[in-house]
Amino acid sequence: MTARTSHEAAAVVRVRIPSPLRSYTGEPEVMVAVPVLAPELPPTVGGVLAALNVNYPGIRFRMVDEQGNVRPHIKLFVGSDVTRDLASEIPSGATLMIVAALSGG
Amino acid sequence: MARSSAATRPAATRRTRLLVATRKGLWTLTSDVARNGWRLAGPQFLGHTIHHAVVDPRDGKTMLAAARTGHLGPTVFRSTDNGRTWKEATRPPAFAADSGRVVDHAFWLTPGHASEPGAWYVGTSPQGLFRSNDGGATWDGVTGFNANPQRKAWCGGDQDGTPDGAKLHSILVDPRDAAHLYIAMSSGGVFESPDAGEHWWPLNKGVRADFLPDNPPPEFGHDPHCVQFAGGRPDRLYQQNHCGIYRLDRPGDVWQDIGANMPKTVGYVGFPIAAHLRDPDTVWVLPMDGTTVWPRTSPGGRPAVYRSRDGGRTWKRQDQGLPKSQTWWTVKRQAMSLDGRDPTGLYFGTTSGEVWASRDEGRSFRSIARHLPEIYSVEATSI
Repeated sequence: MTARTSHEAAAVVRVRIPSPLRSYTGEPEVMVAVPVLAPELPPTVGGVLAALNVNYPGIRFRMVDEQGNVRPHIKLFVGSDVTRDLASEIPSGATLMIVAALSGG
Repeated sequence: MARSSAATRPAATRRTRLLVATRKGLWTLTSDVARNGWRLAGPQFLGHTIHHAVVDPRDGKTMLAAARTGHLGPTVFRSTDNGRTWKEATRPPAFAADSGRVVDHAFWLTPGHASEPGAWYVGTSPQGLFRSNDGGATWDGVTGFNANPQRKAWCGGDQDGTPDGAKLHSILVDPRDAAHLYIAMSSGGVFESPDAGEHWWPLNKGVRADFLPDNPPPEFGHDPHCVQFAGGRPDRLYQQNHCGIYRLDRPGDVWQDIGANMPKTVGYVGFPIAAHLRDPDTVWVLPMDGTTVWPRTSPGGRPAVYRSRDGGRTWKRQDQGLPKSQTWWTVKRQAMSLDGRDPTGLYFGTTSGEVWASRDEGRSFRSIARHLPEIYSVEATSI
């Protein structure tokens, strides 16, 4: 769910955390407050990951490299839509689901 | 590889600790005083690929571990209590945001000079050099290397790297001069800096590079697998290369081919090299099969280390206690180490997850751990 509180200029986004990253969050799901510039501007994936990193330092670099690209075996879903674009907007009520997608030995 | 810590306790009461870094986590093997009994502890970081784990010889209790997982980006973990608890670096090694380069993994850790507590270096894949001044909490690129306009020429492209990525390794800090550094790259060759990494020049004369045109001989682009200082003589370097075994005596700048003195049936290919910590003439190699399509396994299925006690002029096979046949080990460049005790212990780990130990300078070996994941590095410390 995304709760908008315009007077606080922040949106709250639900983020689902895969097991490889729960050493940072301790929880499979966290709520992240994302600063927004204006009430009509939805938060972005990049904004959520930046805010997540404020709460759980170091977590973003494990998912996003120093050139701003999502790492190869990390998949991001906004609702049911997969994206690798950090500028993707997160509609009100949508969940950001992070998946660590790797198989084999 | 890291030198053993200068333990303050009497020699008669010291033990040996091995940090065994694997593709699936970190284990510790600790000996009794006689180095007869060994206790295996771990895993820590189960599921993480630990490329290297090193104890800080300056305090004997700080440890750094270079880690990643299949999904997650690279980082460095650090412990200041002998590995009981670990914290992640708050700023792991990463290339400049405008460089277009991405650190795939931190590969090689080297503690800084004794006069610089808290200083560490890390070499990465692809080739990058980073320094920490705070015990591994934050890392900054060594600009003189990472942003050097010649770096790309030195290192080549992705196709010039090793199968699991090109690497910067064998970071050596001159014990007499904190600013005097050597590095090695696969590929790229050996380079030297007189000024803490601001300027670099290649140091590859005399080293073959069978995979490059040789007329004129290339200045760089070579494939050193591992380089170490000779014990007690930092003006001498030993190198296990893709194309031979070499010794360099400074201020000379031409490597001497000491691999040519190995038995022809065994050859001069291998990954690690281990120089005795006190005797500059003594060095060990662990040959791998470099014929045909490069199996990189024990030649003939008969593993052995080869020791020289005369700077590489002659070599002696040491295989007592090792399997005599049908043993096809691969030992990676960080996976052979010495504990520096007297007589020195010699240890190596295989990609098949076995650790072998000699407490008598290679005269005899025995297995001290089996069934571990693929071993990437073994670092011995006297504690």
